[in-house]
Amino acid sequence: MNDKWSWDYVAEILPDLLRGLLVTVQATALGAILAYALGLVLALLRRSQIPVLSQLTWAFIEVIRSTPLLVHIYFVFNVLPQFGITLSPLTSGVLAIGVHYACYTAEVYRAGIDGVPRGQWEACTALSLPRGRVWTAVILPQAIPRVLPALGNYTISMYKEVPLMFAIGVLDIVGRAQEAASESFRAVEPYTIAGLFFLALSYPAGVLVRRLERRVGYAQ
Amino acid sequence: MFGDVPGFLRTILEGASTTLAVTAGGIVFATVMSFVAGLAMLAPARSVRAVSRIYVEVWRGTSEIVQLFWIFLALPILVGIQLVPLWAGILVIGLNGGAYGAEIVRGAVQAVPRAQREGAVALNLSPFDRMRRVVLPQALVDMVPPFNNLFIQLLKGSALVSLVFLQDLTFQAQAVVLPTNTDQALTILTLLLLVYLALSIVITAAMRFLERWAAALVGRQPSTRSREVALSGGAA
Repeated sequence: MNDKWSWDYVAEILPDLLRGLLVTVQATALGAILAYALGLVLALLRRSQIPVLSQLTWAFIEVIRSTPLLVHIYFVFNVLPQFGITLSPLTSGVLAIGVHYACYTAEVYRAGIDGVPRGQWEACTALSLPRGRVWTAVILPQAIPRVLPALGNYTISMYKEVPLMFAIGVLDIVGRAQEAASESFRAVEPYTIAGLFFLALSYPAGVLVRRLERRVGYAQ
Repeated sequence: MFGDVPGFLRTILEGASTTLAVTAGGIVFATVMSFVAGLAMLAPARSVRAVSRIYVEVWRGTSEIVQLFWIFLALPILVGIQLVPLWAGILVIGLNGGAYGAEIVRGAVQAVPRAQREGAVALNLSPFDRMRRVVLPQALVDMVPPFNNLFIQLLKGSALVSLVFLQDLTFQAQAVVLPTNTDQALTILTLLLLVYLALSIVITAAMRFLERWAAALVGRQPSTRSREVALSGGAA
């Protein structure tokens, strides 16, 4: 076992891996913010009665959900420069993962909005509230709390998919692990530590989401 | 302006057999693992439940791409076995999908009404027959829509094998066609997306058929919702 696992080597690569972890967490956070915001926009567009636009939004969501994130990352990274927009690998990756997950969060919001009882809408009509106020004061405040656990789950999924960005040269945990492995020809330690990093953050996060789920469940 | 579309498509489709093999192999393996681990999580023996719980949490908690690299690069050093790349890909996709599928199986089995189980006990069916003839056929109908989502997830996950140099659709587009046609990136990657879209439509159609068949077996109507979005268990 000793020639296969060296603690000295682990100590040597740990700072780099932690730096990679920081990049992963950063990319997850930025991507998640984008996914939450854009997801809500997509959900509202899809619900809107605007003829072509709502069908286009539906098609966009279905296509993105049916195709690999890795391809979307390549797409943003390679296609945007064709139109004169050159983004850094990290920005491209964040944009791709944000848009990809927005198509999932859009469905979550939709389910949350559909879950608001009909009576709430009818009461708004009875009070003749303006359309904007209906959403901001009545519907969304009821829909958002109950979608929080699902958003949390998707954030955890994003965290685990951010490493795909290493394919376009982002030095996240996996990028750093690969760098270390190719320099030293030792693959066991970097990838095992990388896996443990993921487990160490995503498992407790999952427990928290489950707790949130129970609390939101009681609140209703 | 669009470049050599038929030529691009032909080269990309040279990767179809690898993508299909990894996806189909992954689906079969993931389904087996889902049922084994999902039913094991409901086993009376505590140790059996613990083992399958650990499998599920470890494979869901670590990133799929880390698992792939670990199986490809670390496992050969530790054990001295170098798997054939295609099989290693299927192994990772299947084990990862199985961990998610196990929760689907467990959830669906637990959702079968208690009275069904009690009825089976009253009829003096053995625990095995209770599961096989009463509980599972009903649970199966509820499992099909979430498994549809999972299988599309597996199809999408199969693109990862391009990162360990298996020549699937993504590899063909990204590493073969794209480097010599960088100014045609939009056309090439759009074609690639359309091929994946077509494959996932095939999976969804097959699962719809399966759902109708499973529902008919227990005398039920299939749900009309195409894709279930559970508010709680969204993580895939």
